[in-house]
Amino acid sequence: MREWLGRLSLPSSPRKRGPSISGVSRDMTHIGADRASRWVPAFAGMTVVKAVAVFTFIAVLSLPALAVMPDEKLSDPALEARAREISKELRCLVCQNQSIDDSNADLARDLRVLVRERLVAGDSNDQVLNYVHDRYGDFVLLRPPVTGYTALLWGGPFVLLALAGIGTALYMRQRRRDVETMPAPALTADEEARLADLLNEDKPGDGR
Amino acid sequence: MIPEIGHYALVLALLLAVVQSVMPLVGAARRDVAWMETGRMAAFAQLAAIAISFAALMQAHVVSDFSVLNVVNNSHSLKPMLYKVAGVWGNHEGSMLLWVFMLALFGAAVAGFGRNIPPTLKARVLGVQGLIGVGFLLFILLTSNPFARILPAPLDGNDLNPLLQDPGLAFHPPFLYMGYVGFSVAFSFAVGALIEGRVDPAWGRWVRPWTLLAWTSLTMGIAMGSWWAYYELGWGGWWMWDPVENASLMPWLAGTALLHSAIVVEKRDALKTWTILLAILTFSLSLLGTFLVRSGVLTSVHAFAVDPQRGVAVLGLLILATGGGLLLFALRAHALKIGGLFAPLSREGALVLNNLLLSVSAAVVLIGTLMPLLLDAFGHKISVGAPYYNFITPFLTIPLILVMALGPFMPWKRADLPGVLSRLWVVALLTLVSVMLALWLAGVKPVMALVGIAMAAWAGFGALWEVADRVKLFRVPLRDSLSRAKGLPLGAWGTAVAHAGMGIAIAGMVGTTFWLAEDVRVMKLGDKASIAGYELVLDRVEDLNIANYRTEMGHFSVSRDGAPVARMKAERRWYPVAKMQTTEAAIHTTFYSDLYVVLGEESGAGGGWVVRLYHHPLVPWIWIGSLIMVLGGCLSLSDRRLRVGVPARRTAPVAPALQPAE
Repeated sequence: MREWLGRLSLPSSPRKRGPSISGVSRDMTHIGADRASRWVPAFAGMTVVKAVAVFTFIAVLSLPALAVMPDEKLSDPALEARAREISKELRCLVCQNQSIDDSNADLARDLRVLVRERLVAGDSNDQVLNYVHDRYGDFVLLRPPVTGYTALLWGGPFVLLALAGIGTALYMRQRRRDVETMPAPALTADEEARLADLLNEDKPGDGR
Repeated sequence: MIPEIGHYALVLALLLAVVQSVMPLVGAARRDVAWMETGRMAAFAQLAAIAISFAALMQAHVVSDFSVLNVVNNSHSLKPMLYKVAGVWGNHEGSMLLWVFMLALFGAAVAGFGRNIPPTLKARVLGVQGLIGVGFLLFILLTSNPFARILPAPLDGNDLNPLLQDPGLAFHPPFLYMGYVGFSVAFSFAVGALIEGRVDPAWGRWVRPWTLLAWTSLTMGIAMGSWWAYYELGWGGWWMWDPVENASLMPWLAGTALLHSAIVVEKRDALKTWTILLAILTFSLSLLGTFLVRSGVLTSVHAFAVDPQRGVAVLGLLILATGGGLLLFALRAHALKIGGLFAPLSREGALVLNNLLLSVSAAVVLIGTLMPLLLDAFGHKISVGAPYYNFITPFLTIPLILVMALGPFMPWKRADLPGVLSRLWVVALLTLVSVMLALWLAGVKPVMALVGIAMAAWAGFGALWEVADRVKLFRVPLRDSLSRAKGLPLGAWGTAVAHAGMGIAIAGMVGTTFWLAEDVRVMKLGDKASIAGYELVLDRVEDLNIANYRTEMGHFSVSRDGAPVARMKAERRWYPVAKMQTTEAAIHTTFYSDLYVVLGEESGAGGGWVVRLYHHPLVPWIWIGSLIMVLGGCLSLSDRRLRVGVPARRTAPVAPALQPAE
C-alpha cells in the first residue's frame, strides 16, 4: 500500500528518473544533441526585432529565483531566521510579484543585505520594515499598510462576510414569511382527481 | 497552403458560430423545430472547422514552417518534438485558438449528449454558446491571427520561452482551458433558463455534469500548474499568490460554490436565483482571468504577448458577456419561483454557508488582485502579496473546512446539531490524535501549523467517516457494510473522495509551509552537506550539450544514516537562442516529503557551486490530494443519475415545492 501511494506521489520522482512523461522528453532531446554545439545565430538581423525584444524582456523578468546567497547569511542563526522572516514581507521592486527572499535580482540582494545590516545594528523586525518602507514607499511591502487607500483591501473581506451573512439571514427569514402567507398553489387536474379519490375513500360506507 | 486552409477554416467557423447563435435563439422563440435543429448541426460543423484550423497550426509547428510568424516567434528547428506540438498553445494566438477549440468542443457535446434537455432550452443554450464563440473568433481573426505569414521567411525561429519547455506545457493549459471554457456551459444554461423564465430541479440536474466536468478539469489544471511551478521555478514554491494564479483560483472558488448550490436546486428546488447568478459570475471570472492574462495588464510567464489593443478587445468581450448576463438576470430573475423551505440548520443551510464563504473567498482574491491595478491608476503603487492572503484566508477557510465535514452528515430540510455532532465523535478523536502526532513530531510552534493539521484531519477523516457512517461500518456485519457500500451512489462516493482529497491537500500545504527546512551553501566536489537527516555529497559536475540548450549537471549522492538513498541530478540550463537560463531542480520524493536540490552558479573564489537544499515535509500530498479531488469529480461524473433517468420536465415537481420545514 505504501509503495503504491509512494508511486502516486510521483510529482517529482518520474521527472528525474522514471519512464513517464519526462522520459519522453528526455528521449527526444537526443535528436539535436550533436547539432547543439554548432549554434547559428539564425535569427540575427531578422525583421522580427520587436518580437525578440519582447522575448528578452520576458526572459529577464522570469529568471529562475535563486535568492539568498551563502555569503549573505548571518552567523547568528536566530538573527538570520529573523532576516528571512522580514525578507518574505518585502517585495523585490524590479521583479514580478516576488519577495526579496525568493529573488536573485541585484536589487533584492541589496535589500537583503540592508535588512541584515539593520538587524545586526540591533533593530527590531518592525523597525527594519519601517526603515525600508520609509525609503521605498508602500510598493515594497507585500502586506500593504492599513491606510485610507487600502481600507477596502483590509476591511472589504470582513465587511463583505458580515453583509453576506446578514443578507442571507434576512432573506431566509423573509422567505419563510412569504411562503407561510402565500396561498397554496392551485392543484393540478391529476392532483384534484387523486384528492377526490382519497376523499371518496374516507367516506364511511363506501363499498371499497 | 495549409496555413491558409487553417485561416479559411477559422473564418468559416465564425460564420457557423453566427448561424449557431441566431438560428436556434430565433427558432426557440418561434417554436420552430427546423431552426432549432440547425443550431445543433452548426455546433458540430463549427467544431469540425475549428479542429481543421487547429490541426493546420499544429502542422505548421510540427514541420517548423518558418514562413508563419507564429512559428518563427515561438519555435526553433532544434526544439524537441514534444514542445513543437505543445508549443502550439504556448503562445498568445495558439492559446486563444485552443480556447475556441474547447468552446466548440463543449458546444458540440451539449448538442450531442443533451438528449434529455427540452428542445427550446437546448436551442437557447447552444445559441448562447454560439454567441460566445462569435466574440472570441472575431477576437482571434481581428487581433490575433495565428496564421499570419512573414516574408522573407527566416532560416530559423526564436525558440519558445525555456520555462515553458517542459512536459507541463503539454497538459497544464489544456486542462485549465477546459475548466475555464467548461463554465461557459453553466453560463449558457443560466442565460437559457432566464430567457425561458423557468428553473426547476431538472435544470439543476442538467447543469451539474457540465459544471462538474469544468470543475474537475480546472482542479487538474491548477494542480498541474502549481506542481510545474514547484519543480521548475527552483525554490519549491507551489503557490505564489501571483495575479495570474489568482486568475485561475477565482473561477475555481466560484465554480466550487456553483457545484454545491446546483445540488440544492436539484434536490430541493431552492437557491435557484442564487445559482443562476453564480453561474453567470463563475464564467465572468473565467473571462476576467483570460483578460488579466491576455491583456498585458499583468506581466508574467503567462502573458505571452503584451498588446493593449488585445486587452481592450478581451475587456469588451468580458463586459458584453457579464453585463449581458447580469442585465438579463436583473430583468428576469423575479420570474423564478421560490422553492423549498429549509431550516438554517440543515444540509441546505450548510451548503448556503459553503456558498457564502466560497463567494467571499473569491471576492477577496478579486479585491487583492485588482486593488493594486486600481490604485495604480490613481498614482498609488501598492503590492498585495502572500502575507496579505495568509492573514485573510484563515478567517474564511477554517469555517469552510469545519462545515465541509459537518454538511454531509446533516439531513435535508432540518438537522439536529447534537445528533450530528454525536455521530462525529470518531472524527473529532482522530483529529485530536493527528494534532498530538504533529505536536510530538514537530513541536508546539508554530501554532498555526497545528491548527492547519487539525483542519486537514477534520476534513479528511470527516469525509471517510461519512462513508463509514452511511454503510454502517462496525454497526452491522462487515458483509452488509460492503453490500451497502456497493449500493451507494457514485455521486456520494465522489463527494467523500473529493472532500478527503481536500483534507490531504491541506495537510501538504500546511507541512511545506510551516515545517520547511532549507540551507544554502557553497559545495566543492566531494563536499558533504546535511539537511533533515539526509547527507548529500557532490560527486561531479558535467557540462553537456543537449537539443536546444547547454546544461551544467551536478550529480549528488544522498544517504540517510549511512545507507545510500538516491542519486540526484540538478541542472542549470542555458538556452542560447532564447538567451535564457533555467534551473532544473533535483527532487527525491518519498511519500512523506521531498528533498529538493538546486544547483546554482559557480562560486568565484576557490571553485565550488552554490547549492540550495530544501526539505519539504508532506509536499507531495498537495498533488496527491488534488488528484484525489479530481478522482472524486470523475466518480461523481460517472454517476448514472447524471446521465439517464432525468425526470420528465412536465410532470409535477418531484418534491412538493412549498412544503414547510417543520
